[in-house]
Amino acid sequence: MTAETVIGAVGAKAEFRTCQYTGLKVDAAAQKLIIANAVAAVVFLLLGGVMGLLVALTRWPAVHLLPADWFYLVLTGHGANVLLFWIIFFEMAILYFASAVLLNSRLAAPKLAWLGFLLMIAGAVMGNVAVLQGESSVMFTSYPPMMARPHFYLSIILFAVGALIGCGIFFATLVIAKEERTYEGSIPLVTFGALTAAIIAVFTIASGAVILIPTMLWSMGLISDIDPLLYKVVWWGMGHSSQQINVSAHVSIWYLTAALLIGAKPLSEKVSRTAFLMYILFLQLASAHHLLAEPGLDASWKIVNTSYMMYLAVMGSMVHGLTVPGAIEAAQRRNGFNRGMFEWLRKAPWGHPAFSAMFLSLVFFGFIGGISGVVLGTEQLNVLMHNTIYVPGHFHGTVVAGTTLAFMGATYLVLPLIFQREILWPKLAKMQPYLFGIGAAGISLFMMGAGTLGVARRHWDITFSDANLSFAHSAGAFLMMGLNGIFAIIAAVGGAIYVVVVVGTVLFGEKIKGGHKLTFPLHAGGGAVASHYGSEKTPKLPGTIILVTIFFVCFVLYYFINWKYLSELWLFR
Amino acid sequence: MAVTPPDKRIWWNEPIERVELVWIVIAFLWGLFMFFFMIAWHFIGQQNLSSEAYRIAPSAFEEKVDAFAKKHQVREEKGIPVAKPPAGSDVYILGRLWQWWPILELEKGQSYRIHLSSIDWQHGFSLQPTNINIQVHPGYEHVISLTPTQSGEFGIICNEFCGIGHHTMIGKIYVTEPKKAEAGQRLADGGKQ
Repeated sequence: MTAETVIGAVGAKAEFRTCQYTGLKVDAAAQKLIIANAVAAVVFLLLGGVMGLLVALTRWPAVHLLPADWFYLVLTGHGANVLLFWIIFFEMAILYFASAVLLNSRLAAPKLAWLGFLLMIAGAVMGNVAVLQGESSVMFTSYPPMMARPHFYLSIILFAVGALIGCGIFFATLVIAKEERTYEGSIPLVTFGALTAAIIAVFTIASGAVILIPTMLWSMGLISDIDPLLYKVVWWGMGHSSQQINVSAHVSIWYLTAALLIGAKPLSEKVSRTAFLMYILFLQLASAHHLLAEPGLDASWKIVNTSYMMYLAVMGSMVHGLTVPGAIEAAQRRNGFNRGMFEWLRKAPWGHPAFSAMFLSLVFFGFIGGISGVVLGTEQLNVLMHNTIYVPGHFHGTVVAGTTLAFMGATYLVLPLIFQREILWPKLAKMQPYLFGIGAAGISLFMMGAGTLGVARRHWDITFSDANLSFAHSAGAFLMMGLNGIFAIIAAVGGAIYVVVVVGTVLFGEKIKGGHKLTFPLHAGGGAVASHYGSEKTPKLPGTIILVTIFFVCFVLYYFINWKYLSELWLFR
Repeated sequence: MAVTPPDKRIWWNEPIERVELVWIVIAFLWGLFMFFFMIAWHFIGQQNLSSEAYRIAPSAFEEKVDAFAKKHQVREEKGIPVAKPPAGSDVYILGRLWQWWPILELEKGQSYRIHLSSIDWQHGFSLQPTNINIQVHPGYEHVISLTPTQSGEFGIICNEFCGIGHHTMIGKIYVTEPKKAEAGQRLADGGKQ
């Protein structure tokens, strides 16, 4: 059976252009879909970002901006818009790019892809309407028995079906590319990473359907009862695994950026690919991270699941944490920056927003999101932070300082290469990743600090001013929440600059024609590195060894500090 | 320079870089350590969340808590009974919109079997400033043997979003100094284990 009979011959007479910078063949249909998904992503980032700023300003005790009902409404909308809509629209763009563009192939069934896109738009719009109507302020997690209106659940289901179609298009494009021999050998590493993301996405969406469809029926009055514990087990099969889609996607972006800007090849394909494989095999177990403080679950179940089966998925991330900077160091040394330990890093293209965003994302994801994630996901340590604002601190480290920052960086590649527009206001673009990155890292750290001092997440008033009984948080907790507000403003400024630069570039940026010299240049031949597989040859990497050693020392110290905190608690068993 | 022709070798047969191999071994061993440390803490640690839980109808739990509060009430605070149960006994805490009920008075160094449940939505039992955080589900009665190691006044805040009054949901636990010397001794022994 050929690809045509499987997928239909819709796109058989696809139009291509050849990219003058990378030499890649770009299918016009794929290009349009990448543009549409990227634009939708930025729109929902803007909406969700504004909501996020409102949340942070309300949680800043001295400002306390919104009234309680609006706070919970906006917080629900913030989660849906940035965690679901912004990220998954952008991931659709990545999937189409990593399949059709990187493999020089036509995109499978573009019309079906547009149907998926429309479903996602319909879901995202309906979700926002449901939240803004005010009767669905159930938070992003929508734990029963708290109930939202049926169309709140329906909106997420529609969005997920659209995303599932996008994954199907991605798989079908891989089949077509193989059939039509548009590439030789194995798929490139970036596509492999995207494949990981798409496979996890299918599992994720299936989990979501299994729980959200009955929950919607329950909201409609057709089912009498949803068990709250069962809901959490299955819902987090979607909720946490979808974060592993993000990890796979942004790690792919790290490799892509390193390839395009520096000409970096993975140190060894086998290691990097196996690390991605660990994600597919073990990341799904992470539902347990949300169940460590729940009644009735057995300790051995918790330990096996929360550790991703003996931390094998964490090992995957630690491996990427070595191989990404390692690949950059090796390539930079080959590019001639060979002096001392760190010339390769000092002379890296820090003025290129795609690079600075990528490298900051790597550092913040590892040091802040990664380490805090392992600590938070340790069976006993979880009791110290469960549902405190430490939890949002952790996932702003992974999803904002990690994924979002990486995607922002990727945008500075997508704009010239796919939109074919020269980036407007390059000076703003240059500082954008730093502002947003520092802001995002700040909110992560200060929320984690406040959580360590006991501040609750999803909480309107930490002074408890209208409560019957009283409780006073420490002054340190208030300080942390204030600093969180300040860094949220910094992040918001960075986010606003991103939106302004992207929208300005898309609408008014100079159209790129043949022979144009990019403001933010690519590495000569970087496209070839990104679209072929092949390992770097026996490099010496003293700088990377020092970096990962620092990481490991921080990891071990922070891990044991938390055990010490735990040992000082009241005794319970 | 970076214009590298595709490497024709099959990638899964390539040798692994030494630095990668060393790092993989470190990461793997560290993962094993963290995995077994969780298991070890069940033997060497004093803080392990109990898995003892029962299904219970919210109304049945409410009755048990009412009976408990009535039996052990020593005084009242802002309309809420303060219960002072004997050491080692079964103690009940109920989460509902929007309070933790009743208030408890416990003795430092004594162990109590705390029964936790909700009669409406999910709540988050968050003992402050100690920072012990446990999820509370309606329909599940979670039993935890708890031994206070500090005396004083402690707040229970709610850290699972439970609607518009979530931020007013506060409870209290008073912990008094042990009356008998042996209670302190027991605590010291427990700490050393």
